[in-house]
Amino acid sequence: MARAVTTRRKTLTTLAAWGIALLIFFPILWMILTSFKTEQDAVLSPPVWFWFDWTTENYVTVMDRANYFRFFMNSVIIAIGSTALGLLIAIPAAWSMAFVPGAKTKDLLMWMLSTKMMPGVAVLVPIYLIFIKLKLLDTHFGLIIVIMLINLPIIIWMLYTYFKEIPGEILEAARMDGATLRSEILYVLLPMAIPGIASTVLLNIILAWNEAFWTITLTTVDAAPLTKFISSFSSPQGLFYAKLSAASTMAIAPILIMGWFSQKQLVRGLTFGAVK
Amino acid sequence: MGQITLSKVTKRFGDVEVIPPLDLRIEDGEFVVFVGPSGCGKSTLLRLIAGLEDVSDGQISIDGKDATSVPPAKRGLAMVFQSYALYPHMTVRKNIAFPLRMAGLSAAEQEKKVMAAAEVLNLTSFLDRRPGQLSGGQRQRVAIGRAIVREPEAFLFDEPLSNLDAALRVNMRLEISELHASLKTTMIYVTHDQVEAMTMADKIVVLNAGRVEQVGSPLHLYQNPQNTFVAGFIGSPKMNLLTGPEATKHSATTIGVRPEHIATSTTEGLWKGTVGVSEHLGSDTFFRVNNTGLGETIMVRAGGEVAIRHGETIYLTPDPTKIHRFDDKGQRL
Repeated sequence: MARAVTTRRKTLTTLAAWGIALLIFFPILWMILTSFKTEQDAVLSPPVWFWFDWTTENYVTVMDRANYFRFFMNSVIIAIGSTALGLLIAIPAAWSMAFVPGAKTKDLLMWMLSTKMMPGVAVLVPIYLIFIKLKLLDTHFGLIIVIMLINLPIIIWMLYTYFKEIPGEILEAARMDGATLRSEILYVLLPMAIPGIASTVLLNIILAWNEAFWTITLTTVDAAPLTKFISSFSSPQGLFYAKLSAASTMAIAPILIMGWFSQKQLVRGLTFGAVK
Repeated sequence: MGQITLSKVTKRFGDVEVIPPLDLRIEDGEFVVFVGPSGCGKSTLLRLIAGLEDVSDGQISIDGKDATSVPPAKRGLAMVFQSYALYPHMTVRKNIAFPLRMAGLSAAEQEKKVMAAAEVLNLTSFLDRRPGQLSGGQRQRVAIGRAIVREPEAFLFDEPLSNLDAALRVNMRLEISELHASLKTTMIYVTHDQVEAMTMADKIVVLNAGRVEQVGSPLHLYQNPQNTFVAGFIGSPKMNLLTGPEATKHSATTIGVRPEHIATSTTEGLWKGTVGVSEHLGSDTFFRVNNTGLGETIMVRAGGEVAIRHGETIYLTPDPTKIHRFDDKGQRL
């Protein structure tokens, strides 16, 4: 028997959903509000909400003090570069795991995922030393490699889940039709998996864009992305909350807008295969 | 040419031997049907020939050349799958042209061959549609079109009609038979439906648990089943198989009589029984006779307009020249 959904129940769940959504969004809202305050208003206790002197002075200062566009471009290069490289490795990997699984494929997948549970700082020293040795510090290439490696398990898992949904017979048909492995992946598998690849790409760009630990540690100037741009506005003394908030707002704006426009694709990607 | 020879071909999945060493020769231009119950290994055998599964032991040769470790794409075979396996993101035109594109043919040549295939299969008006916009029968024709354009040494069909409704299945069966008659290319066809096997094949290979039970023409198998498995599997409704005293009378462990080889009478006969469920097909009437004292219900075929009522007493007499005798191992005597 279907459970009757009363109006009261509906109102309550809607309110609860809005409440939780607001709670999650609150830090971002607070950051945006703070970015329009003066440094004095930003540290007032009790805090002022909307009735303060709105100013764009922080944005002007931030733009004067740092070259936003350069940081932005570095973020773009690292996010897109690591995603592209990740796909290049993950597509064949996910193909083999989905269509020619071995006895240990499941274990391998779990092991890859388990690396995500390792705190990054645990391998900071070896990676830092390797970067010095290979002269990769503060280079785009170095960062692309590191960020790609961090996100690779997620990319492989997502693609694997998508590929599993594609009937193996279609790929076998391609093989019978004379397709080489490369053509089979390029002309048959990938076009069929486009929605899955799109959401994998989107999620990976967001993850790469937001990555702060490695980008801040391994860069100084040349390859520094927006995370470094934000951190450069924090200082051990003086008032910096409003400027920091302005920098943060500018840093997350592009990805927030991209996320907003692609939310349908993202949600589909994350829940794919959960229900048939 | 499309002559295929399997020698001692064996397939194991882990420790399980699904196909014990098997020998088979398929002549050029033959229409061979692999038939058997679900799980008898017929699809696996087809996939071994296609190269989609690796052979555990033995050798597969195509036109005299060892093809055991040749990849599927290079064996010169085309396959039609049960699920059609069309490329859903491509139009019918592109689906049919795919093998040609893979073979590196020019766009003009591709178009020419696609049009020719579409003409044969009545697909010309659907060329710009996607598989999702087609009916089951049309999809199956696209799958066949994709196989034809390759001009393969042999066609492999893996239960291609099992997703179609009954009427369409009969039509497609005829179309495939006509295609074979016009192309004269070797065809290997897998089905669990013995009617398909009987109607289409030049040669039937009856498989059971990975073993070849019998190979022969449909009528040869029907008239001379080598063992009780083939006797029971080929023919619809199936052959009546009797054991016990009635078989001993014929110096056999089991005897078999086909439903059409039993004469009926309301007054006299060899076996007496009562009429059970009957199926009136118009041209024929099949009815079950119970309480014969033979230990089995007997299936009998009579004419279409026979007046037989449920519960009536009936006498049956098998045609003595059409009785099949089998020994204690189920082999023909």
